[in-house]
Amino acid sequence: MRKSPMKKDKNRNNIMAKDPILAKHNKTEKLIKSKNIKDQLFYLFGFLILVAASFILFALISDLFIRGASRLNFDFLTHFPSRKPEAAGILSAWVGSLAVMLVTSSVSLVLGVMTGIYLEEYAPKNIFTFLIELAIVNMAGIPSITFGLMALGIFVYQFNFGQSILTAGLTLGLLVLPIIIVTTREALKSIPNHLREAAYSLGASKYQIVRDHLLPYSSGGILTGMILALSRAVGETAPLITIGALTFIAFLPTPPIQSTPPFVSFEWLWDGFTVLPIQMFNWVSRPQEEFHINAAATGAILLMLTLILNAGAIWLRYKFRKRYHW
Amino acid sequence: MGLLVNEPNAVKAIKADVKNFNFYYGQKQAVKDVNFSVYQNKVTALIGPSGCGKSTLLRSLNRIHDLYKGFKTEGEVILHPEQINILDKSIDPTFVRMRVGMVFQKPNPFPKSIYENVVYGLKIRGLKKRALLEQKCEESLKAAGLWDEVKDRLDQLATGLSGGQQQRLCIARALAVEPDLLLLDEPTSALDPISTSVIEDLVIELKNKVTILIVTHNLQQAARCSDFTAFMYLGELIEFGETNKLFTKPQNVKTENYITGRFG
Ligand SMILES: Nc1ncnc2c1ncn2[C@@H]1O[C@H](COP(=O)(O)OP(=O)(O)OP(=O)(O)O)[C@@H](O)[C@H]1O
Ligand SMILES: [Mg+2]
Repeated sequence: MRKSPMKKDKNRNNIMAKDPILAKHNKTEKLIKSKNIKDQLFYLFGFLILVAASFILFALISDLFIRGASRLNFDFLTHFPSRKPEAAGILSAWVGSLAVMLVTSSVSLVLGVMTGIYLEEYAPKNIFTFLIELAIVNMAGIPSITFGLMALGIFVYQFNFGQSILTAGLTLGLLVLPIIIVTTREALKSIPNHLREAAYSLGASKYQIVRDHLLPYSSGGILTGMILALSRAVGETAPLITIGALTFIAFLPTPPIQSTPPFVSFEWLWDGFTVLPIQMFNWVSRPQEEFHINAAATGAILLMLTLILNAGAIWLRYKFRKRYHW
Repeated sequence: MGLLVNEPNAVKAIKADVKNFNFYYGQKQAVKDVNFSVYQNKVTALIGPSGCGKSTLLRSLNRIHDLYKGFKTEGEVILHPEQINILDKSIDPTFVRMRVGMVFQKPNPFPKSIYENVVYGLKIRGLKKRALLEQKCEESLKAAGLWDEVKDRLDQLATGLSGGQQQRLCIARALAVEPDLLLLDEPTSALDPISTSVIEDLVIELKNKVTILIVTHNLQQAARCSDFTAFMYLGELIEFGETNKLFTKPQNVKTENYITGRFG
């Protein structure tokens, strides 16, 4: 505790009570003191919650790491799953996760940013816009398995995309779309109007302002939202199981780069896949204890991936804050 | 109370004519039936107490209000020599803004480099040659009296400049595109006395190149830099005339009260 300036000093209090100015001063000091106590209580409360949350997170992570420790090595990353738990690895799972995330981020970034810009900068305020906004808010609340069912109906059966990386990427892309839209809009909202006025007053058109100013100034916020969205998507399991993703994959997707012209191939989009959480789910549901160790190791890697993504988001936000302040 | 005009002695070229101009924010009328002319290569000062509609009027002249909703204008602002009505909704606002530049009360540089700030207007007009852009950048910064201070750090962020430097940068940015008419909305209200006098000198110097309409709260500033002065009160134009006449022999008692500091 800090030392109070208001020591119990009868003499001083007496003098203060007599002099109206000093009495007022006395009151102010009391007020500040009571505010300080409230501040400190609030601080303590927040600190306790923080400690509790960190402790739970730390316990979870260390549990996974300790259980999976024996399998956390390079071989685990470079081997396909196998019937023998000691020989099994997560190669197809992490490559699958990477490929799906690539599709997810492209789809959600393009759609989400364009929607965000439209709603924030172009859309007239009418019932139609209101309905779109309502739909987006609701979309964020839909259980992820519902997205899986929708994807099964549309992408798998209607468009015949199969149980492919493309289907999975599109599904997760739609799942995280509201996150991107909302962060894009928030980033655009935080750009002060006087910058728009400055650009307009020089004769810039709306398109030029979006291209030269709004997009660059909001890119930090958008990228942060993108990473947060990815860190959610990378752990999603239910919708991918719903579309029928396989749990045992002992091959890699077609390489995107070929040795023969035209050198680039998008064949991998149509390939079957598995992802880290599905692999983990698969191993957890086996009766043998050895597979549970594999599951723990996979979980540890997935968690690390999420933490790295989140750290990246924080770093990006910091970097862009420093560049774009007004 | 009718409008009193000190007729200018000689006939001068007119850059813009404001005719029967009314402005409404929703139901609220902010500018009431304003008439005056902005003379070419002269500085016209707009003075009046806070909230009398100076900014509203100024912002109408380059259609910045178009960014927002819920306003209405009446009357005309004719831009010479094209003889187009700036307020006409069928006129593309970018066409107007290409000719009429504006510097705002609060410095608003883009969070880009100093160089990028100055040449932005040229770039959106299609200029691409680096050498030409660099030359224009130097000319504009010199005209705004900022060149010596920033010539070694053109690639640094403009937001890192001091407030006064930022404001001169904004002036340079507006000058780079060589507007016909330059609108200045209290350009020195946030600046220290030295930066203020630099900008005042600049305004006087610039009028050979460009017509200037400046809003100011500082009466000495109006007296020092302007050729014509318009006094507004509660949305109305009370008096318009040559600056020295308006300040020495005001025709209206409200003007006299205002310039002698009895209200406002
Ligand atoms: N966006 C707005 N919506 C509604 N009323 C507004 C808006 N902007 C300004 N006004 C009102 O219009 C009147 C004129 O405002 P304006 O900003 O033009 O005054 P001003 O003369 O520039 O004042 P100052 O010298 O303080 O800048 C004021 O009464 C103000 O309250
Ligand atoms: Mg104003």
